[in-house]
Amino acid sequence: MKNVLKHSILFLFLALLTLAPSRGFAQDEEQPKKEKFDAKSFIFGHTGDSYCFHITEIHEHPVCVWLPVIVKCKDGGGWHCFSSKHVCELKEGETFSHKGANFFIEPISADKYPGKLVEVKADGGISRPFDISFTKNAFGIFLVCAFLLAFFLPAAKKYKKDPMAKPTKYQGLVEWLTYTVLDGIIRPNIPEKKVKKFAPYLLTVFFFIFFANLFGLIPFFPFSANVTGNLSITVVLALLTYFFVNVFGNKHYWKDILWPDVPIFLKAFPLMPIIELISTITKPFALMVRLFANILAGHIVIMVLMALIFIIGGMYGAGMGGVMSIVSIFMTIFMTVLELLVAYIQAYVFTILSSLFIGMAQHEPEHE
Amino acid sequence: MDLFLPESGLVIWMLIAFLIVFVILAKAGWPMIMGAVEKRNAHISESLLAADEANKALAGIEQKKQETMAAAQAEQIRIMKESQELKAQVVEEAKLEARKEAEKIVADARLKIEKEQAEAMAQIKNEVIALSVDIAEKLLQRELSDKPSQSAYIEQLLKNNHPQIQA
Repeated sequence: MKNVLKHSILFLFLALLTLAPSRGFAQDEEQPKKEKFDAKSFIFGHTGDSYCFHITEIHEHPVCVWLPVIVKCKDGGGWHCFSSKHVCELKEGETFSHKGANFFIEPISADKYPGKLVEVKADGGISRPFDISFTKNAFGIFLVCAFLLAFFLPAAKKYKKDPMAKPTKYQGLVEWLTYTVLDGIIRPNIPEKKVKKFAPYLLTVFFFIFFANLFGLIPFFPFSANVTGNLSITVVLALLTYFFVNVFGNKHYWKDILWPDVPIFLKAFPLMPIIELISTITKPFALMVRLFANILAGHIVIMVLMALIFIIGGMYGAGMGGVMSIVSIFMTIFMTVLELLVAYIQAYVFTILSSLFIGMAQHEPEHE
Repeated sequence: MDLFLPESGLVIWMLIAFLIVFVILAKAGWPMIMGAVEKRNAHISESLLAADEANKALAGIEQKKQETMAAAQAEQIRIMKESQELKAQVVEEAKLEARKEAEKIVADARLKIEKEQAEAMAQIKNEVIALSVDIAEKLLQRELSDKPSQSAYIEQLLKNNHPQIQA
């Protein structure tokens, strides 16, 4: 431990030494004013959605995977489908014209539609077309889905072919993962008779969230899409849970909502039923926000730590930026390890609460 | 605030992709995995039960074997004891027989000896008679010459040599 500390101090000192001359140069020469580092664009550009999948930059030339833009203009312009290359490479003030409509992407610092594709209207104003572009996050979703299928289906096929065969190591892994969720999360919350009915949804949700979280932490193509830290994804998951809770809820569950065991004046003037109905919505709403906020916060913290390097560097020169980069890297490693934990915890929490809500809607009263 | 509004396009993609994966996994994924694992669990517990029963049966067989062996041992001991007794009996009988035989032989021998003795006595008697006759003959021949003296002499002879014949 002492040794590690000694080496770190030495390393920091050496790092400072190597950076010293460059600082000297910076002072001597009148450097052309570079554009100021925009932390907001940097952070939200990386944690938000994007029309292209930015991989790296070589000689200030971006290397991207251009994803398709699919939009329908509101004022009867019809469907437009083109590569995002055309709109992503536009300079400020330029527009891309496609089949009589002009498009451009608002900068992330914009107040309205930040980072989104907008259409230039005839009167010069902008409007947001109906946008079902296959964005970076859509790509991320499909990647996770493809991974889930590729990971679980071969095992299922093997089981179907010969259920009694000695399982391979891969099947062992699949079994272990499946039964960790099944026995640890689903079984304690759902009546045994209903487990077979609801386990497929809960298992799929768990592994979707878990792998999406993990993929989001891998910082290079084709991963790194911040899938679960996006409200559009969590809203779908929460809606599905809402669907499974309420559509399959039994008589007893609905009776408790619409005609609970409270004094008659509380339910005749339908105060309690309204509260209960709202509570059915707040539960999945909490699920949605919890997952989204946790994952987004983790990503933002990591991006802030990275942005700090450039902010400090911009304020106090490259030397301090260099020192900050060492601090930032250690902090980022710590955060990433923490996020690995969060990736599991959030998948766990979402699934356990979903199964709890579904289980509560399946509960049969023991008396009567 | 844009961050907190769901994007319709992404919602649609998510819904499509997730539902497809959910349906595929719900049809061809999870039930197979769960089914196979449960089937195997059942098989394992059945096998364990069967093994337990087999073990119990084996223990029964072992016990039976031991019992049979013990019985056989007892039988062996019994048979050996019996044969020992038989042997002793046979020896005893043989001894008895031998003794009887010996006694019989001894008795025969005694009888024979007595007979021979009697024969010998008879022979001796005969010889005595012959001798007496001879002597008598010789005496008779002498008596013819000297009668009184001869008679006295016979008397004397008889008196001295054969007192039993005197009667």
